[in-house]
Amino acid sequence: MVSGVQMQYYKVCKRKLWLFSKGIAMEDEHERVIEGKILHERAYPRLEDREILVDDAFKLDALDGEYIREVKLSSKMSEADRFQMLYYLYELKKRGVQKKGLISYTKERKTEEIELTEKDEVAIEKAIKEIYAIVHSASPPKLKKLPYCTKCAYYEFCFALEGDD
Amino acid sequence: MLRDHYIFSNGRLKRKDNTLYFFDEEENKKSLPVHQTDNLYVFGEIDLNSSLLNLLSQHDVHLHVFNYYGFYAGTFCPRNKKVSGFTVVQQSAHYLDLEKRLYMAKAFLQSAVHHMLRNIRRYKEKTEQYVQVIEEEAKKMDSATTVQELMGIEGRIRQHYYQSFNAILKQDFIFEKRTKQPPQDPLNALISFGNSLCYTAVLSEIYKTQLDPTISFLHEPSTKRFSLCLDLAEIFKPLIVDVVIISCINNRIITQKHFDFLDGMVLLNEEGKKRFIKEWDEKLSTTVQHRKLKRKVSYRYFIRLECYKLIKHFIGDEPYKPLKAWW
Ligand code: SF4
Repeated sequence: MVSGVQMQYYKVCKRKLWLFSKGIAMEDEHERVIEGKILHERAYPRLEDREILVDDAFKLDALDGEYIREVKLSSKMSEADRFQMLYYLYELKKRGVQKKGLISYTKERKTEEIELTEKDEVAIEKAIKEIYAIVHSASPPKLKKLPYCTKCAYYEFCFALEGDD
Repeated sequence: MLRDHYIFSNGRLKRKDNTLYFFDEEENKKSLPVHQTDNLYVFGEIDLNSSLLNLLSQHDVHLHVFNYYGFYAGTFCPRNKKVSGFTVVQQSAHYLDLEKRLYMAKAFLQSAVHHMLRNIRRYKEKTEQYVQVIEEEAKKMDSATTVQELMGIEGRIRQHYYQSFNAILKQDFIFEKRTKQPPQDPLNALISFGNSLCYTAVLSEIYKTQLDPTISFLHEPSTKRFSLCLDLAEIFKPLIVDVVIISCINNRIITQKHFDFLDGMVLLNEEGKKRFIKEWDEKLSTTVQHRKLKRKVSYRYFIRLECYKLIKHFIGDEPYKPLKAWW
């Protein structure tokens, strides 16, 4: 089964999705990663249902009445975050659980409500197929510079190239 | 910023709560910043227990142990958390296929020779004859069809290369032939010491990636050593170690009095080791603008980038081109 992170990376960068899926993970040296972990622990100090593992495959930050919630630092990746949330809603729906989603962006102090439409479901199904295809290919998708690269944990890996002499 | 720490005195390394302390023989206590430590090098004789090792493990600190003579004994590596079966399988495939293995072996040596020549060309008038012979030898690498053949060429090149030190060095350090176990003259003692520091630096960078340190290409995978470290060290010995050696000698940072002579064996004494390590550490943290990353990169980080390039090669992303210092 596809994980939430894979779904998010699929939207961010397909190369990142491939590398991550092959276990080529990057160091936690990056402050961003650590910041994210702390954020997660602070966001739900009292919620008992913190982190719900669905079918051993994906983790939900929290379940809150008719909503499932996610906290993110900033809305920079909001498209990918939204897609990840839609995927969770889709998987829950397949299991007969109808929910809506809330994503809180702490830096901007705003919360976005997300509902799964039929169109979204088609998009998610297509994404799942493509994710399998990418992950099963023998080598990673070719490097293409994205605006996001310099902030990506794989930046040094991707751009560790020799220049021309 | 992660750093390396060196312990020369005898004493005890101890964990207290979540802090790391060193007690010397007079019970003087010194705390070490475990959060910011990458490697601990132990040259003195120290006691430690498993709770300390657990602390090191939590913070991903490598502990390298050297014996009384300053020879590398071994490393405590925290459990490697980042395994990628896919990468290891691909890495092995590049060993098993002779063509692919030769490609790697040649790449390491091309880089090594590039860095050797770079060092001695700085002393052009004095080294011209050596540069020529080495270039001649190096041409034969292209057509080599076995790894043994390559190793033979490498051995001859290295012999000429070290010979040229006789023309470069400003003090009385004579190179006759390479003697390793044990080193029989001061220059060999410096080379051995520097090379083992290089080996541990490479090891600790490899451990931060998904490479398997036991699968190597130029050196035969061996049970005694992490042979991939030896392969990568070929690139960095001339780039870092030898430059430090030449500068230590020519700037009289290290002189004959920094060596111990015991039963046919020559070793750096404690003051000598300290001086060498100071220069070594400075060199490792010196930075260079990287042409593709568009960032400043330290010599140490170049080792990591080389690991990344190997992974990229193995997984069919980007063919491996070894580092050839351009600055
Ligand atoms: S650095 Fe750029 S190309 Fe590489 S994984 Fe990250 S986003 Fe993708």
